[in-house]
Amino acid sequence: MSAHPSPKRRAFGAKTITLAHGGGGSAMRDLIDDVFLAPFSGERRDAPEDQARFDLAALSAKGDRLAFTTDSFVVDPLFFPGGDIGKLAICGTVNDLAVGGAVPVALSCAVIIEEGLDVEVLRRVVGSMAETARAAGVSISTGDTKVVARGACDKLFITTTGIGVVRSGLDVGITRARPGDVVLVNGLLGDHGAAILNARGDLALDTEIESDCAPLNGLIETLIAAAPGIRMMRDATRGGIAAVVNELAEASAVGVRLSELSLPMRPEVQGFCEILGLDPLYLANEGKILAVVPPEEAQAALAALRAHPLGREAAIIGTVSDGRPGRVTMETRFGGERIVDMLVGDQLPRIC
Amino acid sequence: MRFVDEFRDPALAKTLVKEIEAISARLERGRDKPFAIMEVCGGHTHAIFRYGLEGLLPDLVEFVHGPGCPVCVLPMGRVDDCVAIAEREEVIFATFGDAMRVPGSKKSLLQAKAEGADVRMVYSPLDALTLAKRNPDRQVVFFGLGFETTMPSTALTVLRAAREKVENFSLFCNHITIIPTLRALLSQEDFGIDGFIGPGHVSMVIGTTPYRFIAEEFKKPLVVAGFEPIDLLQSLLMVLRQIEAGQARIENQYARVVPVEGNPAALKAVNEVYEPRATFEWRGLGSIAGSGVRLREAYGAFDAERRFAVPDMKVADPAQCRCGEVLTGAAKPWACPEFGKGCNPETPLGALMVSSEGACAAYYQYGGLRGEAA
Repeated sequence: MSAHPSPKRRAFGAKTITLAHGGGGSAMRDLIDDVFLAPFSGERRDAPEDQARFDLAALSAKGDRLAFTTDSFVVDPLFFPGGDIGKLAICGTVNDLAVGGAVPVALSCAVIIEEGLDVEVLRRVVGSMAETARAAGVSISTGDTKVVARGACDKLFITTTGIGVVRSGLDVGITRARPGDVVLVNGLLGDHGAAILNARGDLALDTEIESDCAPLNGLIETLIAAAPGIRMMRDATRGGIAAVVNELAEASAVGVRLSELSLPMRPEVQGFCEILGLDPLYLANEGKILAVVPPEEAQAALAALRAHPLGREAAIIGTVSDGRPGRVTMETRFGGERIVDMLVGDQLPRIC
Repeated sequence: MRFVDEFRDPALAKTLVKEIEAISARLERGRDKPFAIMEVCGGHTHAIFRYGLEGLLPDLVEFVHGPGCPVCVLPMGRVDDCVAIAEREEVIFATFGDAMRVPGSKKSLLQAKAEGADVRMVYSPLDALTLAKRNPDRQVVFFGLGFETTMPSTALTVLRAAREKVENFSLFCNHITIIPTLRALLSQEDFGIDGFIGPGHVSMVIGTTPYRFIAEEFKKPLVVAGFEPIDLLQSLLMVLRQIEAGQARIENQYARVVPVEGNPAALKAVNEVYEPRATFEWRGLGSIAGSGVRLREAYGAFDAERRFAVPDMKVADPAQCRCGEVLTGAAKPWACPEFGKGCNPETPLGALMVSSEGACAAYYQYGGLRGEAA
């Protein structure tokens, strides 16, 4: 992107967002300029064009394929222990790029704001996005803002789209698991799902479970270096680890056998699930990947994950088998066996 | 996790399984069919599948999953009644989560919510009372459902609503009671159950005395059990030991929670607020005398059935479904022609496929390993 000598940014003084801030006039420009552009681009001054532009030669130097992904974020509440909607919106898209073996390069950020939103709330969210993007080493290069009438959305919706470049020679994919392969995760399962349910406050449980929300591209880089034959990676978000393992089993036409005893989980999350009758296998994560590697690279992969700050509790949780294609089973803690299926809808707490 | 892991100890489980194997080897002589042990409670069904207990047992012993999942035995017509109440303009309809997806004849509460009904998921009936206080211009109806386990909490909520004069709160009472239904099951001529694992949390309220007729009149053993895998294996062993000794007694494996006399304070609240209905309909089982309760006249002001013109729908179960046989242990889920085909967790025909405590959903989701082999 070219540097541009734009006039000095104007400060945005309003306390709450109104429909006028989406009207296309100077109120909107001030909002974008001060609330979004200042934190996103810092001292950098990009030309005020309608699109970000990238130098193809510079991209090509990073790899040989372009990766492209998008995700929308509608979390309630906006702020929760361990994160907020802004951090989530950056991590989600960065991680979706990284699990494909791509080096994340740039993101777009589109926000839909419900009128009446406190500008301070918006500033906190945008600040969190900027900070997370810096930590992940990606730029937020283009964006859009809409304001809708009260009730037409819930406070703030964010969509991020990202591009990245896939490392040359690396081929990871959901269809590539083979019998004998080893299944790993990079840490404790279910923290995000439990933190969000708890933060909604309906349960009045006195526990501080924090979301695991984190950008994983750095961790994934060390994993790929340690296990170059890696078959696939997925971030285990909605639907939890169970959803990813089922997709993998189906797409690769293999069986997968998990071991209940080896699933890394916080006692607080286990207790949370016990009380509500939830199954932690289905709880969302925002900083956990599931990786499948060939058996000869399993120990190196595990060691690499554990050496990274976001992978200290990494574990081998199962193996790929030549069992019935698409079937995921789990050895329970005393050698019983159960099927781990996908959920139909949300997990609903049980009556008694 | 303390106080939980102890009851999930693999080494202890192995010891118990060995003992179950030994006793079943001794019992095997002269026996041409498995011993059918019914776990009455849906929570037990859920635990059996979650921990894969069926796969650990010798062929001579099988669990039969009884009618103790309150969501599963709820007849379609009552769900239609719920939807009718929920769709009223002035109503906020509050319910436990797992009742939301139970199919009515036209729609579930989840579908009604999507179409605009104000349906809220709560974790306790007291949350519904709070909703009522916060929304004085709306009518808040709580969907009261469950056995004696949940009855005290709704009874206490009604008592509090009366005390605090929360006039816009009411209860749609669908509470049921297990004892008349066990009697009805045992009175069937072809009821081939050899012993019972008794419900843990129901017994925490009612105690163990109400089960005595099962041993005395029907000569079947019953062991009240906890919900952890070790509880279930130990209880099963206790039932088998009674069978080997030719006994029929009521035993309490869950003594750490269940007192013989139950919970007098809870029973007092339940008796204060509720009275038996002449009859109540169970899905798959039909009408059973004295098996449901309703609010007493004194608390009639909080009775949603009296406050709103509830249509009182009667809807026949789909003819091809075999929910009733599955509920009584006469058929395994996979023997039903709709199992996994017309009826699956995504489009359930019967509630046994909805709740994670329902035998069909449990087989579909967790189990089926034996069924596939059979």
